[in-house]
Order: sequence, then C-alpha cells, then structure tokens
Amino acid sequence: MENNFYQVGEKLVQQLVNDEKLKISFGAESSQFIRFNGAKVRQTGLVDDAVLAMELISGKRTTSGSITVSGNVEQDYQNALDELLRLRNDVSQLPEDPFIVEPENLGSSREEHTGKLPNPENCLEDIIPPFNRVDMSGILASGKIMQGNMNSVGQKHWFATDTFSLDYSLITPTEKMVKATYAGTKWDNDDYKAFVGKSIEKLELMQLPSKRIEPGEYRTFIASAGVADILRMFSWGGTSEAAIQQGESAFCKMRNEKIKLSEMFSLSEDFRNGTVPRFNANGETAPELLQIIEKGELVNTLISTRTAKEYNKTSNFASGGEGFRSPVMAGGSLNEDDVLSKLGTGVYLSNLHYLNWSDQIGGRITGMTRYACFWVEDGKIVAPIENMRFDDSLYSFFGDNLEAVTDRVRMNPEVGTYEGRELGGTFCPGILLSSFALTL
Amino acid sequence: MENTNLKKLLDGINVQADWIGLRQVFESTTYRIIRDDKPQANQRDATNGIMIEVLVNGQFGYYGVNSFDPARIQAAAEKAVRQAQLASKYSIHSFTDKVRPTAIGKYQSPYEKSQALMSAGDLNDILMMGCAKLNVSDKIVSRSAFARLVDCQSNFVSTNGSDVEQKYTIISCDFTATAQDGPIIQKRTDHGMLARSYQAGMEVFDESEILERCEKIGNQSAELLSADECPTETTSLVLSPDQMLLQIHESVGHALEIDRILGDERNYAGWSFVRLEDFGNLQYGSKLMNITFDPTVENQLASYGFDDGGMKAEKEYIVSNGLLVRGLGGMESQTRSGIPGVANFRSSSWNRAPIDRMANLNLEPGDSSFDDIIGSVENGVYMESNRSWSIDDYRNKFQFGCEYGKLIENGKLTKTLRNPNYRAITNPFWNSLKMVGNRDTFGIYGTPYCGKGEPNQVIRVGHASPLALFENIEIFGGA
Repeated sequence: MENNFYQVGEKLVQQLVNDEKLKISFGAESSQFIRFNGAKVRQTGLVDDAVLAMELISGKRTTSGSITVSGNVEQDYQNALDELLRLRNDVSQLPEDPFIVEPENLGSSREEHTGKLPNPENCLEDIIPPFNRVDMSGILASGKIMQGNMNSVGQKHWFATDTFSLDYSLITPTEKMVKATYAGTKWDNDDYKAFVGKSIEKLELMQLPSKRIEPGEYRTFIASAGVADILRMFSWGGTSEAAIQQGESAFCKMRNEKIKLSEMFSLSEDFRNGTVPRFNANGETAPELLQIIEKGELVNTLISTRTAKEYNKTSNFASGGEGFRSPVMAGGSLNEDDVLSKLGTGVYLSNLHYLNWSDQIGGRITGMTRYACFWVEDGKIVAPIENMRFDDSLYSFFGDNLEAVTDRVRMNPEVGTYEGRELGGTFCPGILLSSFALTL
Repeated sequence: MENTNLKKLLDGINVQADWIGLRQVFESTTYRIIRDDKPQANQRDATNGIMIEVLVNGQFGYYGVNSFDPARIQAAAEKAVRQAQLASKYSIHSFTDKVRPTAIGKYQSPYEKSQALMSAGDLNDILMMGCAKLNVSDKIVSRSAFARLVDCQSNFVSTNGSDVEQKYTIISCDFTATAQDGPIIQKRTDHGMLARSYQAGMEVFDESEILERCEKIGNQSAELLSADECPTETTSLVLSPDQMLLQIHESVGHALEIDRILGDERNYAGWSFVRLEDFGNLQYGSKLMNITFDPTVENQLASYGFDDGGMKAEKEYIVSNGLLVRGLGGMESQTRSGIPGVANFRSSSWNRAPIDRMANLNLEPGDSSFDDIIGSVENGVYMESNRSWSIDDYRNKFQFGCEYGKLIENGKLTKTLRNPNYRAITNPFWNSLKMVGNRDTFGIYGTPYCGKGEPNQVIRVGHASPLALFENIEIFGGA
C-alpha cells in the first residue's frame, strides 16, 4: 500500500499546473471485527478500506476532497485524477483564504511496527473459552492500520502498525458490570487468559447487593479509565487555540481570567510512547513533548498552523481539530495500594459514561458513573452503587478539590472505530477528590 | 456513482452459502463553511464500496471491500463464508434467509433543486451573506455559516431476488453566533447543531429566509449576555420541537432499539431499562404520548423505502396513548426476541454491518395551540434548541442543556434565561407529559450524527415533534 500511495501521489503531482500545490494524505485499514454478546458471536466480518485525501492550493484559494482507493494503482490514479480535476474546478470558484497553509519539506519519516495478531482461523477458540460461561459483551478489532502523507515539494511520511483490541464487559446475573480491554500489538494467549481471569475476579465484587446513594457532594476516587474519559473531553472545546479565540473552550477562563488549577495537575501532548504518528494532515511533525497544563497553569494550547496564521501565534503543528492525539497526565505520589484507605469514606468510580459539557465556558461536565463503582467506608469496599449522574466543573475537580493523584500512570487504549480504527490511547493516573457532585 | 452491475457481480460469486447479498453504497459529503467572513472549509469526502454478506450454518459473515474487481469480490465472499463457518459454532442465534426478505423497489428522496444547480461559488456567496448578517453588534466575537450536502446511492441485490435502489439528496445547514461580554460567553445556533437537516435540495438556501434567521440568531446571542441565569427549581417545563429532538432521541429511540434490549450494545452504548415483557404492558408515558416510527414523512432526514436487510419501511406506532406497543428492531431482532418491530436494520455505509437504528421517530401532534400551552402555565420555563445531552447506559437518568430559555409567568413568556438545563428520569418524565401541541406547533428536525454499534457507526435520524409541556421537572442554570 505504501508504494501504491507514493506512485499515485507522484503521478498526481506531475499533473499540477501553474502555481498549484498539493498535499495528499492516505489512511487505510484491513480489519477483522467480531462482535460478542453472551460470550457468543453476534456478528463477524472483515473490512478493507482505504482513503486518499487531497488539498489543492491554487494562488490564494484552497479546496480539499477524499476518495476511496482500492490498491490497484492504475484504477486509483484514474479516480484520483478525476478528483484532482474536480478540485481544480471547485477551487476556481471559491473566495480567497488568507490562512492557507502551504506545503513544506521539513523532512520525511517512516515507521512500521509489525505485531502478532489473533489468527482469524482460530481466534475464537482462544478468545471465548477463558470466559467460562460468564456473560460477556464486546468486540474484537484487529488488523493493520496505515497512515501516510506526502506533498508537492517532496516530503513523505509513513506510519503502519499491527494492532488489536478486545474491548469487553462482563455482566453478573443481576446486571452489574466490569469493563476491561486487552489490547496491544502482540497477542499472547497465556497473558490473555490471565488478563481475563483477573477481570472475572473483579466481577465477584459486583455480586454484592447495590447501595443507592443520595445526590450530594462526596469524597471520590476516579480510577485511570474514568480520568481518561474526562481528559478526552478536552479535545472537544478545550485544548484548541482556535476554540479559545472563538469563545468555545472550557479553557477560556484559564486564558482570560488567569485561573490556575491544582499544582498536582499536569497534562501534556506526549508522543514518546510511539503509539501514534507525529505527522498531521499538513505533513508537519509535532514536537515529541508539549506541556499543555503544567502544575495547574495553562502554558500551551494546541495550535495548528492555520490557527497560528489567523491569530498571530506560533504553530506547534497540532492536528486540524487541535485535539489531543497522545495525551499524558502526570502521575503523583498516591500509591495505588493506598487509594481506599486514603479515600476513607466515599465513592470509588472505575469508569464514567456519556460525558458532555453541561456548561462549557464554566468547565462543567456531566455524565454517569458506570461499571465497577463502589461505596467505600473507612477504607473498605462495602457495596457497588446504583448508577449516579455527576455534574461538576474541572475548575473544581482539577482545582481545589483535587486531593491526590496516584503514582501509577496507566494506558487507556483508544478503541473507537467511527471513521476507522483509532490509534494510541490516554495515559493517566487516578485522582482522589475531596468533593465531587453527584446530582441524580 | 461508478456504474457497477451488482447483479453481474453477484452472479459471478462462486461459494457455498445459504444466502448471499451485495450492498453497494456511494456517498459524497460536501462541507462549505464560512467563519468570520472567511472560508473555513470547502471539502468533499466520497466513499464507495461493497458489503458482501453471506449466510452459512445460520450465521451471517461479512466482508466490506473497497473494490469492484470481480476477483476481489470472489476472494471477499470466500473469506466471509469462512468467517461465518468458524463463528457458527458460537452463534448467538441461528438465522435463516427469512430475515433477508426479497425486496424489489426504488426510493428517491424528494427535492426541488438539485445540488448540481448551485455552484460552489454561489453557495459560498450565500453563506458569506448569512455570516455577515449574524454580525449584529460588537458583542459578537465569532460567527459561522455551515452547509453540508450529501449525495448518496445505495444498491442491494441478493440470491433470493432482492433488487433495491435508493437515492438520497440531503442538506444540513446551520448559522451560529457567539457573543461575549467580559467572562460571559453565549452561543446561539439555528435550532441546535445541524438540527436543520433534511432530505431536500438546494431550495433550502433561500436568501431572504436565511437573512431573517441569521438576524434573529445574532440578536438572541447578544440578548443572552444580559439574560438572567436559569433558576434552580422544580417546575413546569415547556420544550420546543428543536429540544424535543434530543429528548425523543435519547429517552425513547435508543431505549427501544431491540438489539439494545437483547444486550448487543452493553459494552458500548449500553442496555435499556425496557424489558421484552414490557411490550404491550409498560405505560411509557402519559396518554398524550404517541410515538411513531415513520419513514414516509416527506423531507424528513431518515425516510427510505427499505432497510438494509430488505424489509419494506412502513409507518408504525411504537407508543400508543402512552402504552409501549412495538420495538425498534429489524427482522433479525424480531426473530431473536419475538417482539414486533419495524424496518430499521440499517448500516452507515458499505463498511459496516447493519444493526437496529432508529430512523424517523416522532411525537405525534395533539390538540393544544402554542398559546394554550403557555397560557396554562402559572410558573415555569420554556426551553429551545439543544446544546448538551447525556443519559445513562439504561436510558434512565438524563440531563439536557439548551441554548435559550424564557420564564413563563402567569401564562406569558417574560424574561429571557441563559444556560437553561434540566434533568429527570425517563419513565416518570414521560408520564408527566401534560399537554401536547397541535400541528401548528410541529417542527421537523434531525441529526446526521447518531453514534452506536461495535464497530462504531454514525447514522442519520429524524425527529419531529410538537411543543410539549411536562410537570414538576428539575431545572437549573450554568456553573
């Protein structure tokens, strides 16, 4: 696919006329999906998909488009050429754009990671038996993911990796649930069996009768997976410089009113874990590490080159949407083994669900507790809780109400598959809060 | 769309299967966006591919492939068969081809002016004009004009004789103004993000209508800056159709998708508080609540002729006089559950297998006028245009936020309110439905972005509703 991409791209570049410039992106996957319910197979299938995207710049005008490509170079080139001609017709009609990002050649890159994926011929024989008739619902997503980028001034980037995830929930007869994700690049059956075994042990705790708690403010521990859900919200009206400039960011108060969060909260865009490519759709390479919030202070936002031009800032080569691609929250000093004793009496939340900004400018997020959430008394788990709605501001839970941060930073893999299988994950610790608002 | 002879491709497949279907989807989505009087995006994304589905030993297997080469199709069919064979040992249900009924027909979504009749330049000009009109005061800090044009064709053939062709022309548009005064920032859109999404043509871009709407949007965003914060209390709540869109979607639609009730979504979007035994028995809402699955509403976003399993799409009551009578599930779910369903076995594209998806789901109009409803409220709040939504994994505890509110005092709309929010629990909420507006209050809206499924899929849905009054609802304001 890599050579096919470059062949098609180079031929397209040769078709440019006058002052035209071209940026070309490529994204592809070859994936197996098996969907489970009741630890049985609900749906099973495979998908091959590949997309070629182009941005054509002609003078002070730009337009873009994407098409499906098949891997047949001649056919793909013909379809891509038709698309280029459509773009050329389109761009001639458009208003001038003062913030165009011209292609540059700042150096090329190539990364390829091979792994050991579940074998489609016998993976079900490995996956299902360890659940030993425990009710399981989930999905296996496995295969190769490829991303590429090139432009009309000779820059080229390629990233490919084998990757898999089995993202699943275990359910008790009384409908309590725990969540787990076995993910990586190298499937190891013994490791997998041990992993599933631990998740089944966790499910045992959920067999206790549930406790209903009343709305109120509670001492709360949110585990790494729940914190990851919160941090993902920051990619939607948070970290983006454009969103702050346009009054659509929860970080506006940090910028405009100079509000600081807790010194225990530090958050960065950190590519050193190597799980996602550093290049964006412009072919720009992001810095390996960019601190966003340092000890509670907003020190950087994610700035695309387009935004930099519009608002006279310096680009840090963020993606077009200026959301996180590789978020890492720093660990703290709270030993994971001491979480319950330090919590004392309060609520332990393993996961959160369906988060949304309830007041974006105020930094307030609402959502639900979900999965293994417990009432804890004097450092001991007493009962799972019935699900509760929360509604609280990041200026509180990452502010004065942040009491401690765990030392261990865990990787929460991205398992989304909306426009294709996602890469990477959110690396973060758990957080202990002196107060957290549960509202319904 | 590429001129593919699907029947010829189907005839050329040589595998051992009890049933084979091919579904080709071509879809192009064009975005034209102007922000603060400058072009923000002009982009068209086109996707084109085939889903091969086979039935072997009672198990369906599929292969979504990005090629129309017969050799690739044959190889894909072979692999789909193998996937089905291997999985059939662990199938949750053994199906027959009865869940893929023979379907023959065509559907063409209605439009007056085709997309080809308005150039990129002309559309940009209209958007530019709308964007400029939003700039009503120096408090407006950001403005945008957004158009999303979809051209979709889906063809389906099968070894039991199906031959379906469905074509859709879909337009979404939105105009947004964000106003700021010191630390107060308020945003107003055209009835909520992309709520104005329809099966329609370029007739949607009527200049004079757009100018009128943009002026109102700009003025209201500025108005919100000095508005009172929504109070915190339990009170009467009147919801406009553009908020009922999300209310119906989250607390009725998703709760009644049969595959959710059967547990398929438990690892992702969740389950439902509704059980199979509730059909025919559960009083879902007050007697004023009548919900229909209606794929026949002209111009509504999710109208169609057949679902992706070949079932003919027809209007059905889901909730009748408050009683839950039917589920939102296609043939597979109906077979698994024994519950009557509808033709809603849908896929987002060629690269995803169909699952139960709500389509057009509407609250049928009642008898009360706008003035009747507002006039009946001594103390309450009126809310318009969704801006925030969240619900639990059983579809019980929800919370919604709106852009714009009005206090109701002694039967009249009085002060403007900002940051209006409310929260409640589904079954008691719908049983607190006290008045339903008549057809004069009816609004048709939709969203192109309903997410569900594993692997994930985004699909379009339509929700039409009249004005509605609910009693004793917890409301509150901003942070």
